[in-house]
Amino acid sequence: MSTIEQQPDNPLVEGLERLPVAPTSLVIFGATGDLARRKLLPALYNLAHEGALPERFNLVGVSRKEKERDDYRAECEEAIRAFSRRSPDEEVLAGLLEHVKYVPGTFDDESVYRELARVLDGFDEHTGEKLNRAFYLSTAPEFFPVIVEALGAQGLDRAEDAEVRVIIEKPFGTSLAEAAELNRSVLDVFEESQVFRIDHYLGKETVQNMLAFRFANGMFEPLWNRNYIDNIQITAAEDIGIGSRAGYYDHSGALRDLIQNHMLQLLCHVAMEPPVNFTAEEVRNEKVKVLRAIHAPSAAEVPQMAVRAQYGPGHAGGEDVAGYLEEEGVREGSITETFAALRLEVDNWRWAGVPFYLRAGKRLARKITEIAITLKPVPHLAFSAEGSLGIRPNQLVLTLQPNEGVSLQLGAKIPGTRMIIRPVNMEFLYGTSFLSQSPEAYERLIMDAMRGDPTLFTRNDEVEAQWEICDPIVSAWAATPGPLPQYQAGSQGPSEANEILVEGHSWRAI
Amino acid sequence: MPATSDAVWSAQDTTPDAIEAALRELLVARHAENGGYAPARALNMIAFVDRAWSGEIANRLRGVGRYHASRLIVLSYEPSREHLDARATVASEGDPRPGELSLLRETVIVEIGKRHLDDLLTIADPLVVSDLLTLLWSPHGHHEVVRELLPLVQAVLLDSVDEPEPREAIAQARALLEDAYVVDLAWLRTTPWRERLATAFDPAEMRRQLHTLTSVTIHHHPESAISAMLLIGWLASRLGWRLNPLVAHEGTLTGKASGRRQDIELRLLATPQQQVRGLAGLELETASGLRLRLDRGPGGLHAHRRDAKGNERAWTMLGASRGEAGILGEGIRQALLRDPTFAPALAAAGEIVP
Repeated sequence: MSTIEQQPDNPLVEGLERLPVAPTSLVIFGATGDLARRKLLPALYNLAHEGALPERFNLVGVSRKEKERDDYRAECEEAIRAFSRRSPDEEVLAGLLEHVKYVPGTFDDESVYRELARVLDGFDEHTGEKLNRAFYLSTAPEFFPVIVEALGAQGLDRAEDAEVRVIIEKPFGTSLAEAAELNRSVLDVFEESQVFRIDHYLGKETVQNMLAFRFANGMFEPLWNRNYIDNIQITAAEDIGIGSRAGYYDHSGALRDLIQNHMLQLLCHVAMEPPVNFTAEEVRNEKVKVLRAIHAPSAAEVPQMAVRAQYGPGHAGGEDVAGYLEEEGVREGSITETFAALRLEVDNWRWAGVPFYLRAGKRLARKITEIAITLKPVPHLAFSAEGSLGIRPNQLVLTLQPNEGVSLQLGAKIPGTRMIIRPVNMEFLYGTSFLSQSPEAYERLIMDAMRGDPTLFTRNDEVEAQWEICDPIVSAWAATPGPLPQYQAGSQGPSEANEILVEGHSWRAI
Repeated sequence: MPATSDAVWSAQDTTPDAIEAALRELLVARHAENGGYAPARALNMIAFVDRAWSGEIANRLRGVGRYHASRLIVLSYEPSREHLDARATVASEGDPRPGELSLLRETVIVEIGKRHLDDLLTIADPLVVSDLLTLLWSPHGHHEVVRELLPLVQAVLLDSVDEPEPREAIAQARALLEDAYVVDLAWLRTTPWRERLATAFDPAEMRRQLHTLTSVTIHHHPESAISAMLLIGWLASRLGWRLNPLVAHEGTLTGKASGRRQDIELRLLATPQQQVRGLAGLELETASGLRLRLDRGPGGLHAHRRDAKGNERAWTMLGASRGEAGILGEGIRQALLRDPTFAPALAAAGEIVP
């Protein structure tokens, strides 16, 4: 008969804000890339500055570029100085860089992984204990399966007496078939519990706050259903163009870049049922239920529920700006959308019949990410509408950026002798009510991955459920020749977006 | 760092109502100036300071980084003063651009005299923002003032190191805990050490060793014995030790705790070389012969471990020093949080104080 030894709780962790993280060696594939320079390295420095990194921590950069370890360290230092949210402490920075190594080579080269294994074993030997290993795939997506397979082939997917985890950046596939194939490749090598698929929106405090807002306040949940809610609009608008990202963006587009992942996650946070508890599996189970309740359109249905467009020339920030097709690096005659809008329905008891409108675009009037929940109008307005200034149904707006907050639009009487009503806003701004600043999403996500907490990462079935919704749209659009409708840069987006609205609905002004 | 801009009001021989009205008007004026100005509403803080040292306190508060109270009420005390004079400032982080937000923080300095001490509550009460947590800080002592203002506040910030006698410091903090949450900077100085001990003993095999500790030695700044006692108190309360008073001998405090399996030798040593308040080093030994030593050093805590077989390892646990300004800022931030381990640690520290 076997006995299971109960591991005692650590009595020293109670009350601490920073929980222990096991000693870890982190390997970044794509270590010289833009994400590593702008986000990952500064995040690691800030964690070190705050004393939040594991007590034993090593970093290995892997990239195709041939260079010496000292040159790579110098690049790390330069990136941290340029992009860290705080000025580096010289001693901490030096301490961090001391534990940085570099392995050059192509990702399909077996010798790279042999060298990597040697470096990681060396860390273990030097430390005198088996360190956890985390492999961060910050490369172009076509290398994800190549790296994962090579890690497995070299036996780097497991380690005796230590945890091994793989962190995979977006995009997780560019279609349902690709995502499913990538899942198969990854899960051929790793267990799902070892896999951490990044959707950096989930690392944002603002997104996590949505769950607190819904489930820590009793006043909203009774209204949070088809009986009281008329429609929900989720907007992710940017005022900038594609900048220097044409190489990526022109093969991606607004649907893949924002809607398939980030915006569907926002939808899940709005529409999910309260989980039994906030463990990773319970939260993700509830999100998957929402995604599975969304009807995936047929090819014939796509034009009725999805709209795409490209920005044309216009004005932004007081300057003339080029249209998408004139941007450097964009393919001639490209039919990649810079604006996408969808109307989705969540076919379950709570949400049946409530349209969820999603729109994302570049070069729109301003930068804003928000969720607007419009309640149904009151059944009978006892006041004469005459003279009232646009009485509207109540609207609850959760703003994620730039000013995180919640506003509730109410009807209120204009001071005076007559009962004239106009909408007013009751506003709450997160920035006014907390002393602490939100940490960068990547700081939180890197820590959670090293700690083995998958709550803020996307599960395999979640990714595939997201693609099941978007894949028919991608396919239908790919089969439809251009040119795409154009909208003026700096505008509210294309007028065609109105075509998917249910009668009586309108888009909120951006 | 964005430029700040201030709106200022001042008056002599004024009243709390007039000050409060002036604050409201300043806020309305600033909002009218730019709709992007929004008053911060996180925390009230009342600082009761001796006027002669108010400049030093102002400098300390300026150094707290982003952890400014949203409304700071400084009661500047000069015994001979007869009238209330006041100066209110509504400062913004900068001028917000369209669609942006700029926080407004309010500072009120009220000059008061001895004759006002009996009415302090009625002076301070109209000045705090309703429904916000209020933190009280009296860095120059004045325990009677703290007691007078307790009905108005939910948290008290103190630094037990400021009390000459640890026994008095512990008694003072325990008394305050009956009416308010206490944030003790002496406790916060132990945070990195507590975090690192929790980490070091987190692996399963190390957790078992926690209950086999045989000795704890703490090196501390000569004025910071209280921080060392709080750390011992924390270990004792978390690990279920029974404690006895320490004995002073040639600058060292020594004593014994009783654990579940064995006694634990305790030693607190003052380290004159330590320049800043807080702890300088920490050493733990277990029955198996494991020894873990942590020392304050550049870039973080330097760790040295010798295992039962005599194998030795040394490394640095990275982390930047927060400095005294950072500790004060952390104290302000902690007023909005609750650390359930402080009160038991304080109670346990009370058992070892000589």
